[in-house]
Amino acid sequence: MAAPSIGRPAGSDWVREKIFLGMTPREYVRSLVTPGNAVAAVILAVGLPITFIRFTQGMGAVSNLSDANPWGVWIAFDVLCGVALAAGGFLTGGAVHLFGMKEYKPLVRPAILTGFLGYALVVVGLLFDLGRPWRLPYPMMVSLGTTSVLFEVGWCVALYLMCQAVEMLPPVFEWLGYKRLRQWAVGLTAGATVTAVVLSTLHQSSLGALFLIAPGKLHPLWYTMYLPVYFICSAIGGGIGMIIFESSLSHSYFKEQTKHHPHGEFDKLTIGLGKAGAVVMYMNFLLRWLGVAHDNRWELLTTGWGAWWLVEVVGFIGLPCLVYLWGYRKDNVLAIRIAAVWSVIGLILNRFNVGLIAFNYTSTERYVPRWTEIWVSVMIITIGVLIFRWMVNRMPILLQHPDYAGDEH
Amino acid sequence: MDPSRRQFLKTAGVAAAAAAAGIVAKPLTAEANVHVEANPDRFGVLTDTTLCIGLNCRRCEIACAKENGNPPIDTPPEDESVFDHLRRTHENQFTVVNRYPNPHGADKHPIYVKKQCMHCDEPACSSACFVKALRKTKEGPVVYDASVCVGCRYCMVACPFDIPAYEYHNPTSPKVRKCTMCYATRTSLGRKPACVEACPKEVMTFGKRSDLIKLAYEKIQADPVRYERHLYGEHEVGGTSWMFLSGAPFEKIGLPEHLGDVGLPEYPRNYLSAAPLVMAIWPALWGGLYMFTKRRDELEKQEKEKGHETHDQEEK
Ligand code: SF4
Ligand code: SF4
Repeated sequence: MAAPSIGRPAGSDWVREKIFLGMTPREYVRSLVTPGNAVAAVILAVGLPITFIRFTQGMGAVSNLSDANPWGVWIAFDVLCGVALAAGGFLTGGAVHLFGMKEYKPLVRPAILTGFLGYALVVVGLLFDLGRPWRLPYPMMVSLGTTSVLFEVGWCVALYLMCQAVEMLPPVFEWLGYKRLRQWAVGLTAGATVTAVVLSTLHQSSLGALFLIAPGKLHPLWYTMYLPVYFICSAIGGGIGMIIFESSLSHSYFKEQTKHHPHGEFDKLTIGLGKAGAVVMYMNFLLRWLGVAHDNRWELLTTGWGAWWLVEVVGFIGLPCLVYLWGYRKDNVLAIRIAAVWSVIGLILNRFNVGLIAFNYTSTERYVPRWTEIWVSVMIITIGVLIFRWMVNRMPILLQHPDYAGDEH
Repeated sequence: MDPSRRQFLKTAGVAAAAAAAGIVAKPLTAEANVHVEANPDRFGVLTDTTLCIGLNCRRCEIACAKENGNPPIDTPPEDESVFDHLRRTHENQFTVVNRYPNPHGADKHPIYVKKQCMHCDEPACSSACFVKALRKTKEGPVVYDASVCVGCRYCMVACPFDIPAYEYHNPTSPKVRKCTMCYATRTSLGRKPACVEACPKEVMTFGKRSDLIKLAYEKIQADPVRYERHLYGEHEVGGTSWMFLSGAPFEKIGLPEHLGDVGLPEYPRNYLSAAPLVMAIWPALWGGLYMFTKRRDELEKQEKEKGHETHDQEEK
């Protein structure tokens, strides 16, 4: 992330305006005392000692990871879900800049910020999960294991993070008041958007392809050669859900900033997204059955695993699809928001199934995360929310900067 | 230069760079895909599980620990309780002997099966490693280089035999741990692995893999009642260096029979070879779309302006 105050004479006025939101330091600190911040503080206060133990005594000291279950929630949630849920960033960027759907422009910046933070936090999660996190650049510079799907994932995530950072530059420069730099950064966005779409279509599917190497370990209802296709399609579904969810939340939480954007207009966007959601979820639903038909796994559907598969596919893809459809038909924004959250949960469920639950399904040693592992993941999300709020409060993310009104970017 | 032209060049530049990356990636993927350049003289070990006595022995475990500088085995060989549950290999123990009830009858001698890395011909672990820390040597063993390992543990996810183990309690230099067929100290010099040498019953035979396959079929032919008519590891997951003979179905003695004969790296291979293609085509496709959208917007704008002008004139 660009350090906000670098290279700027730190006049106290400037600090007050840019950092303390126009308040005196005292007022600012006082404004931070809220119930939400108290919860965040508790999460961090417990999370930091866990982090300390992790890095001084090894990951075995705070996790239930084992030789039988080398990947746990840090991979299934922080990485698999984190990346998928960040898909909103490239989706909106692509829709507006590539498909010319200009009416969705107000959603681009928050979605890209969410995506950028999502990816940055994936990397933070990896620091916990990798045995030697400081070697993160090794697959890129030291020893290139090109036969590995993980190699591709690593490269894509690194490059994608850079693209999103570039896409984040204009609001950062607007905040700092660097007009020329901003102009230059705006010029880069086109390239960054195209590259971002290319990269995300590649690595969203690569995450699914990671599991292709383990046909004996992933339950056959989830293991199919379509895994990469499933992963990209479900990421699009979940990404749309996230855009709806995150934009609705911001619109009610940051009321002051969004009042210029008439509610009726915003609702129209939500409904439009709901329609897209319905279509994508329907496609996902069909695709999942296609896998069963292709591998002829029908008889497995009557087993316990089959029931669980049906819960996922019918309960968390089919049903939210119907709710989306209903909401769209009836112009019901609330229904669409419900469907959005529902499909996001469905996406998380899917990643957990592939990464943890239906993985190693024959093993006698089942993995259940230790509370400290979950705490770390919650802490990482909390940090993300805090940074998101910090930036939205200062930078023109939801709001258009008055100096650039009418500007195309 | 007018902005749209500059924009075009920029987009085109990105597209070209990505395409170039695709072209570079292609031969890389092709070159390094794990297919062993099958050295016909590579080594292997043939294990005849019908000969292993297990209880009161476990000399192979003891020898393995010693050879690798691991702590000595923590239960004495005469302790029967170690067989109460199935064990797997661990960071400090690269081989274990497990006991299985004889499926031909409870009165028959139980079956003891030694477990260690199979040294696959197309190792899933090595193809999964994104820094090439695991490598199939031309002599046969699959070895590990801790100096590049990042500790992602994808190798453990990939191994169909659940062999690699990890030092979860080492915060500064955790390593993946598994049998290397005593590569550094023995097999690279043509000497037998420690466990093979230590076995009092000559359960294991070390030698050229091709010779071992011949030997195995001779044994089966010579005593078809004693042996299953199958050499485990000849073809499983594309072939392994460590192979097994058994008097009971392999599935019953911890050697999974559903793995298939295809090397596991084959499964992601198609996907990986498609990626460079996507890298080459995608940028052009999306970049083109971008330019199209841009142009359309501009035309629209011009139209609008024109419309305004005529409108204005009419008003006058
Ligand atoms: S048995 Fe597992 S660890 Fe050993 S070579 Fe095969 S895949 Fe690698
Ligand atoms: S843990 Fe080490 S050896 Fe295993 S795949 Fe990762 S980098 Fe390679």
